[in-house]
Amino acid sequence: MANQFGRRRFILLGGAGLAGTVILNACTKPGSSPTATPSNDPATSTSPDTAPVAANGNTVKVGILHSLSGTMAISEKSVVDAEQLAISEINAKGGVLGKQIEAIVEDGASDWDKFAEKAKKLIDQDKVATVFGCWTSASRKAVLPVFEGKKHMLWYPVQYEGQECSQNVFYTGAAPNQQIEPAVDWLLKNKGKEFFLVGSDYVFPRTANTIIKAQLKAKGGKTVGEDYLPLGNNEVTPIIAKIKKALPNGGVIFNTLNGDSNVAFFKQMQSAGLKADKYPVMSVSVAEEEVKAIGVEYLKGHYASWNYFQTVNTPANKTFVDSFKKKYGAERVVNDPMEAAYIMVYMWKMAVEKAKTFELEAVRKASNGLTFDAPEGKVTMENNHHLSKFVRIGEIGADGMFKIVSESKEAIKPIPWNQYVAETKGFACDWSDPAKGGKYKAKV
Amino acid sequence: VGIVLMLTLHLSSYSPSTIHYSPIVLSGLLEAIFNGMSIGSVLLISALGLAIVFGLMGVINLAHGELMMLGAYTTFVVQNIFKTFPAPLFDFYIFFALIAAFIVAAVTGLVLERGVIRFLYGRPLETLLATWGVSLILQQLVRSISLGLLIAIAIFSLLFFGGMWLIKRRPDFDRIKNGAIAIILPLSIAISAAVSIFLAQTYGLTISKPWFGAQNVDVTAPEWLRGGFPVGDFQLPYSRLFIMAITVICLVGIYLFLQKTNWGLRIRAVTQNRQMSACLGIPTAQVDAFTFALGSGLAGVAGCAISLLGSVGPNTGQNYVVDTFMVVVVGGVGKLAGTIIAALSIGTASYLIGSGNLATIFAPIQPVADFFTFFATTSMAKVMVFALIITFLQIRPGGIFPQKGRNVEL
Repeated sequence: MANQFGRRRFILLGGAGLAGTVILNACTKPGSSPTATPSNDPATSTSPDTAPVAANGNTVKVGILHSLSGTMAISEKSVVDAEQLAISEINAKGGVLGKQIEAIVEDGASDWDKFAEKAKKLIDQDKVATVFGCWTSASRKAVLPVFEGKKHMLWYPVQYEGQECSQNVFYTGAAPNQQIEPAVDWLLKNKGKEFFLVGSDYVFPRTANTIIKAQLKAKGGKTVGEDYLPLGNNEVTPIIAKIKKALPNGGVIFNTLNGDSNVAFFKQMQSAGLKADKYPVMSVSVAEEEVKAIGVEYLKGHYASWNYFQTVNTPANKTFVDSFKKKYGAERVVNDPMEAAYIMVYMWKMAVEKAKTFELEAVRKASNGLTFDAPEGKVTMENNHHLSKFVRIGEIGADGMFKIVSESKEAIKPIPWNQYVAETKGFACDWSDPAKGGKYKAKV
Repeated sequence: VGIVLMLTLHLSSYSPSTIHYSPIVLSGLLEAIFNGMSIGSVLLISALGLAIVFGLMGVINLAHGELMMLGAYTTFVVQNIFKTFPAPLFDFYIFFALIAAFIVAAVTGLVLERGVIRFLYGRPLETLLATWGVSLILQQLVRSISLGLLIAIAIFSLLFFGGMWLIKRRPDFDRIKNGAIAIILPLSIAISAAVSIFLAQTYGLTISKPWFGAQNVDVTAPEWLRGGFPVGDFQLPYSRLFIMAITVICLVGIYLFLQKTNWGLRIRAVTQNRQMSACLGIPTAQVDAFTFALGSGLAGVAGCAISLLGSVGPNTGQNYVVDTFMVVVVGGVGKLAGTIIAALSIGTASYLIGSGNLATIFAPIQPVADFFTFFATTSMAKVMVFALIITFLQIRPGGIFPQKGRNVEL
């Protein structure tokens, strides 16, 4: 009776299987995440290589909570590398308040429930002094109730869509006004007034595009079209046809695609004859590691907006890049989220030293207003728990590195509640003043 | 049929104005046809292997996407090998990659069939779950494969299967089988693990560094496949033309193979009636293995082709597997012609809806135009295509070309 069953059953089972695939696929897809790309180094999956020099009394535990397996491992492993680098540097110089830092690395496995579970474990069982972690907005939203409920502390290193300001989180990545908005301004000034918006179909690109559209309207630009690709989709022919129709003589493409779709988008743009001189693409999720994975041939001449590029010319950056390559291999590159992750470990150390205790409330208070000479330049932790950061636009060169074409003169102050979006217009955040808190109506 | 009708409508709507704007209209028409066909050909080439494995053999192979992924990774490896060769040779790496991808995927398919699927014929649910598991294993394999892991797997296979082979020769094999497994299995795992750990500690990164890692790898098409052939203000991408050519070659090859050769005859006989074929002396087990390997090899070729368009990473297969099943089911299980028509219709429909062309055509009729404008983004177009497919399968549950014959509803 081999092979003898009805087609209806076939289709039914096949359909069930497909539905399963789709659902699983959807569940494991990232929230807000570029396809970044560390080569996985065995050192990353274990505790830091500088083992605690003394017994428990002389070490302080911190948690590192990122995805080391699953879809997001691609991006998050390199962030863990950067955090481990900062920790081993601090330990080599004597640690924090005389104690060596011991990192407890937990794997969130690209599964948001698991993130929450591991966060609880780190806080309750390991009694860590703080947690460095998360990449996608989805994972951050999943652990947020844990950190708020236990009044603990999370440091979050990735650029995100804003519209959040928790007392228990320190955000060291860019808020929209430190990445997206300056990029739009620069494009309006240098590249053209007509924008086509392309993004992946989930919360970050849609929020980002809402902001961009409002901004273009306010500043005399024009949105000629927008389209969203489901995550993981590789077929961009219809989008390219639309772009050509909407912008027959060339124009600006603002790209908030994430992950695999980026590769398909740039490959097919080139073969359809849409070149960087007439159709410059500004990306906000393509950094050094993605350039390597997409292929430089397809990206030459396009742009990206970040706070940090490996090519930033500061003494702090030179040290950072050199020590990273020394620890993980010369072929490795660093990118913006990695730099933000490196910063946040040092920021926490400084806050602890200023507070002279590991006690959470004191550290939280102490961190407001701290400045750090980061690889990107001097950054300051503002009262709204976001960093003021430098904004840069880079053009991708033939060597896969970014040529910085625009750079803010000073660090831009973060605005977590977006001022272009009607619901949050006029709101601000200030944790230094208990009366104001996470969301208050600022004076107009 | 509805889709074809829409296409006809789309074409005919242009004809009255042809006299006035012929060059522009012609190029627009050409663009629509070409883009529809190019989306269709990608669907078709990815579904071709499945049309054989699922369509002819009836195996629900959820690891089909991962076989494509292996093809894509093979392309990456061949590309890197050719980078070390002098320039003119590098431009033609893609042909070697196609062949290598076919072989790698076919061998993997063969192992998969002999090792897993042959025990599960006629049990679709188990096949579904087993191949789903295999797909996860293959994904993790490309993420973590390194020299150390490869050596460990080789040692394990040698010890375990070699040991089993030796014991099998004993006359009292059946009696001691379970006990033997209980001893050999942990022993071979322990030895291979010990060796790999020892190697990793002695030689460090050279042994334990993953070859590909979890990140995407870059496959860059050779120079001559990167541009396009300009027609008016439109450009026919060479990579798309190349994929169409491969698709046509594969199709013709399979058709000739199935219809004109002895093996093809056997495959068709076995898939139509296994018992009768066995009675007539056809070695059905060999035919099964061979057919599955052929289908898997085609998946490898598809993987090589799509690496020209999209990303190559551990998730590559997942991005395609749903579409390929959709194509085969719509086309009618068991018929190549159905697969072809289904792929081209779905491709054309998704292009026309997704690019907003339909909205333009229906511009005079405001509500209809609004309706199509709403669906004119890629994700919404996908929704509409799925809705059309569901409607279509309500009317024709067997697909475009249902299999005729007495065993249809068995």
